[in-house]
Amino acid sequence: MASGKEIRTQIASIKSTQKITSAMEMVAASKMRKAQERMAATRPYADKILNVIQHLAFANPEYRHPYLQDREEKQRVGYIVVSSDRGLCGGLNNNLFKEVLHEIKSKSDKGLQVDICAIGQKASAFFSRLPVNMVAQVTQLGDAPRVHELIGSIKVMLDAYESGQIDSLYLVYNQFVNTMTQEDKFIRLLPATPGEPSQEMSHHWDYIYEPDAKEVLDDLLVRYIESVVYQGVVENIASEQASRMIAMKNASDNAGDLIDDLQLVYNKARQAAITQEISEIVAGAAAV
Amino acid sequence: MAMTIHVDIVSAEESIYSGSVEAVIASAQEGEVGIYPRHAPLLTRLKAGEVRLLKDGKEEQFYISGGILEVQPHIVTILADTALRADDVNEAAALEAKAAAEKALNDKTAKMDFAEAQVQLAEAMAQLRAIERARKTRKH
Repeated sequence: MASGKEIRTQIASIKSTQKITSAMEMVAASKMRKAQERMAATRPYADKILNVIQHLAFANPEYRHPYLQDREEKQRVGYIVVSSDRGLCGGLNNNLFKEVLHEIKSKSDKGLQVDICAIGQKASAFFSRLPVNMVAQVTQLGDAPRVHELIGSIKVMLDAYESGQIDSLYLVYNQFVNTMTQEDKFIRLLPATPGEPSQEMSHHWDYIYEPDAKEVLDDLLVRYIESVVYQGVVENIASEQASRMIAMKNASDNAGDLIDDLQLVYNKARQAAITQEISEIVAGAAAV
Repeated sequence: MAMTIHVDIVSAEESIYSGSVEAVIASAQEGEVGIYPRHAPLLTRLKAGEVRLLKDGKEEQFYISGGILEVQPHIVTILADTALRADDVNEAAALEAKAAAEKALNDKTAKMDFAEAQVQLAEAMAQLRAIERARKTRKH
């Protein structure tokens, strides 16, 4: 059995680990709340832009933007994979990557090749070790990413789509369901299907366009895709923090259990030592 | 009471303004536009510049770096860009993203990847554990 001193140092070291994990848990909780607020703040823009696109697509059926034209997946498929920059957030990233690998495999079974755009350090590290074609990446976005940090990598994928290099584009990220649950989500960005306009939008009226409908629609579509990707990134951050919070809570709980067990072992060792000492004294006294 | 029109200024990152005003003045691509209630539906691109909102004789100003203005008879929506956009700036950003990907792919030998290091650490730890176990069984 380990001596009393050894057990005491072990308990002390576990206690300091527990302090770190519970601090990380609290930090993650407050960051999660902020990320959730940011998530809510991005919604009006995307909703509005989608509304206008629906109306435009409906009002101008003769003009089909390449993003809106249906295309068959013939050769290549693009994926924008959103991950976190840091680890210690449970199985969040790995679960997502597993799903992506699954997708990639099912695509390559059909004879399709895959282009990856990695957002976040983890995705970049993961896909650079795989035999897939990583065409763009952006990392170190921090807790409050900005849209203009994403524009470059999104443009790479949009250009590839426009030139016919890829036939479709997907966005993959962790959807924030609630604090306990995050689900991997696949969204097809291109070709886009804006859907039918709502009732009030579909009346027979049209905008006055300046300069003209096509140019405005072009602008809107690019911004729409950027805003969807941005939303995905923000939502992934909320998921990351939630997942980290749970992971750190579990770690703190486990540390508590370990400390309890060790404390018991320590008490037993101490008691045994005292008993032994007393019996030695008694034996000594009896001998005299 | 003067007629008012509802204005929402939103960007991809946040909602900047929402409220009722008497008029909106913005610098559109084809020139400055003033929007009063019951304006005809209009969709136009905005240049970088200021958006002025008139309310109770006072004026509120916002600077936006471009965007899209959508007008419906009682609602005006400004979809503001979050940053100055120009084709060459976007092009540079795209090239940067590509270069970053290439760097990450080629950097494998020069700098050990963190993930790779983690795998090696886990392997080394497993080996140590095996050695320790072997030692213990020999002792008994």
